[in-house]
Amino acid sequence: MTRIYVPRDSAARSVGADEVAQAIEIAAAERGVDVEIVRTGSRAMLWLETLVEVATPAGRVGYGPVAPEDVADLFVAGFLEGGDHPLRQGLIDELPWLAAQSRITFARVGIVDPLSTEDYEAHGGIAGLRRALTMSPAEICDEVTESGLRGRGGAGFPTGVKWRTVLDAASSTKYVVCNADEGDSGTFADRMLMEGDPFMLIEGMLLAGIAVGAREGFIYIRSEYPDAVVTMRAAIARAYEVGWLGPRVLGGERQFDLTVRVGAGAYICGEETAMLESIEGRRGMVRAKPPLPAIEGLFGQPTAINNVLSLVSATVVLARGAAFYRELGVGRSRGTQLFQLAGNVACGGIVETAFGLTVGEMLETFAQGTRSGRPVHAVQIGGPLGAYLPASQFDLPLDYEAFVEAGAMIGHGGIVVFDDTVDMAAQARFAMEFCAVESCGKCTPCRIGSVRGVEVIDKIVAGEDRAANIALLEDLCDLMTDGSLCAMGGLTPMPVRSVLRHFPEALHNAKDSQA
Amino acid sequence: MTLHEMPTAMTPWSKEVATELVRDHAAEPGPLLPVLHALHEAFGYIDPEAIELVAQELNISRADVYGVVTFYADFRRTPPGRVRIQVCRGEACQAVGGRGLVEHATRSLGLELGTTAPDGSVSLEEVFCLGNCALGPSVTVSGHLRGRVEPADFDRLVSDAVASGGGER
Ligand SMILES: Cc1cc2nc3c(=O)[nH]c(=O)nc-3n(C[C@H](O)[C@H](O)[C@H](O)COP(=O)(O)O)c2cc1C
Ligand code: SF4
Ligand code: FES
Repeated sequence: MTRIYVPRDSAARSVGADEVAQAIEIAAAERGVDVEIVRTGSRAMLWLETLVEVATPAGRVGYGPVAPEDVADLFVAGFLEGGDHPLRQGLIDELPWLAAQSRITFARVGIVDPLSTEDYEAHGGIAGLRRALTMSPAEICDEVTESGLRGRGGAGFPTGVKWRTVLDAASSTKYVVCNADEGDSGTFADRMLMEGDPFMLIEGMLLAGIAVGAREGFIYIRSEYPDAVVTMRAAIARAYEVGWLGPRVLGGERQFDLTVRVGAGAYICGEETAMLESIEGRRGMVRAKPPLPAIEGLFGQPTAINNVLSLVSATVVLARGAAFYRELGVGRSRGTQLFQLAGNVACGGIVETAFGLTVGEMLETFAQGTRSGRPVHAVQIGGPLGAYLPASQFDLPLDYEAFVEAGAMIGHGGIVVFDDTVDMAAQARFAMEFCAVESCGKCTPCRIGSVRGVEVIDKIVAGEDRAANIALLEDLCDLMTDGSLCAMGGLTPMPVRSVLRHFPEALHNAKDSQA
Repeated sequence: MTLHEMPTAMTPWSKEVATELVRDHAAEPGPLLPVLHALHEAFGYIDPEAIELVAQELNISRADVYGVVTFYADFRRTPPGRVRIQVCRGEACQAVGGRGLVEHATRSLGLELGTTAPDGSVSLEEVFCLGNCALGPSVTVSGHLRGRVEPADFDRLVSDAVASGGGER
């Protein structure tokens, strides 16, 4: 019997993975050959989806991108023995695109059956938890602090320090909340991890729970990710069955319960305090800090809130040690980051590498140009609140501090590429429009300023009193930066200003057509 | 139920069914969103009567329930079309023709974003990112995510879904 791997990741399914799996099943039955189709996560080489892999004595051989109508041809070419075919990509693990990465958090994604606890353990899973169970909570916090791990949700706060604050807060009830709201356009690593290796997130939640002294956790997943919700819930049910979750974690004395909560289409609920409001059953209104959620969070109790990638990275830290993790990266950006190549790219997907590559290297080595074949004109990094970078800034190294210095941010690691047909004025306008749609409404500069921003940009584009309106736009940006409670209103000016500064032809020198 | 077939046959509004659904979730900590999701999944929207009902059952004010229902983009207050379409307006999709696809969708369906056809066949919604940003432009049709959708693909996906009566998921 031959084992065939077909992704069940929603991105792969969006281009026909289910149909391909079905075609393989039918073709195999017709030919009377015995195959076992294993549905895995995706290798996150998304331009190759549907990527079909076949287990051969030499290793897993990949074919992609496969369409259902290619399947008969693949059988004729003998793909079950790794036979030659125009879609044959070779041994997957040896593909340069993958081999050049350090897949330490995405180690199992695309390889294992996401809902098999046996696969998870066989591929190194649960080792971090086992080690943590031999340590004191304070030791776990210290180890994570020592690793240099910083929050991957956007703000980059040291994870171990946050955990220590929750641990030290005096309360008999504490919570761990996983932020799986992943609202930034251009990001999908949280989603792919949850769909492709859900036990890793469960292990990360357990670690955080033990480290801070919490017995209950929530994973808040955005509603736009229905497959991730289904997979996480199925994995949690399985984890209860095998005793990883429940009253006696791994047969020990600790208790941990885990529940998935689903968002409802509000970007602002990715902001941690708005998320807490949402879980508690209210409008997603941002809370003023202090108090920090670590002191007074969910239901008023000390709460550790972490992004999916922070939590799963912690399992690597515990399994392989702080020193191993720390050795990767540069300056104060340690470990690996999951960069997500999106938009107009020839090769989109996930690049997990140590911090420090430049934007240009990322684009050349991994994105390999645009899907349209036209030149790259702009790159937006860090989601809707991130800056647009022009080609002259592509030598910027991808680390937290270098980006902040350049008036940009890494955020959750999304890299969205635009070719030279992009209308940068329209992108600046969209940043304001998005803020107007998604503002929680608490601060006037954010709620009203963004609506005014759209109007002013429309006037500038129409050639109306350009100099005065550009000055007005700059003022609005200042006002939003200074007068907003959270980064929604506070950082929306970042993409707008980056367009003003780096793409002057868009607003300053736009043609005076209708003036 | 498996991952690949998630039927959610839409039920017409029923106070009895709704009451049961609310009670299923009432004991959870912070039950309001789970309750509203359950109602939305069952009926396709939040009926005005549901607001009163939820307030009573959870012992909170109607204003609180109404405030939450109106805050979140997911919660419709009128029944959806038999086929529900979401078109992504996120930046990564914009970079590969997403703006053009939104225009095409509104033009070819004759619907503004956020509206339902008068005959109840189709509703068209905007969405900000579906996590399919390397394979845009992205849409969902009756809950199914589709990537690299060109205008011609869009028309085919919609007419197939309408022909099969919607409700695939
Ligand atoms: C408007 C806004 C949206 C945010 N969206 C997300 C998100 O989708 N996912 C996330 O992990 N963090 C998001 N954050 C950051 C969170 O507030 C918080 O910093 C993070 O969850 C902390 O986890 P970490 O320390 O592991 O990064 C957002 C912040 C703001 C201001
Ligand atoms: S900046 Fe905007 S989103 Fe943030 S708290 Fe103020 S109004 Fe709400
Ligand atoms: S921006 Fe459209 S799927 Fe992410």
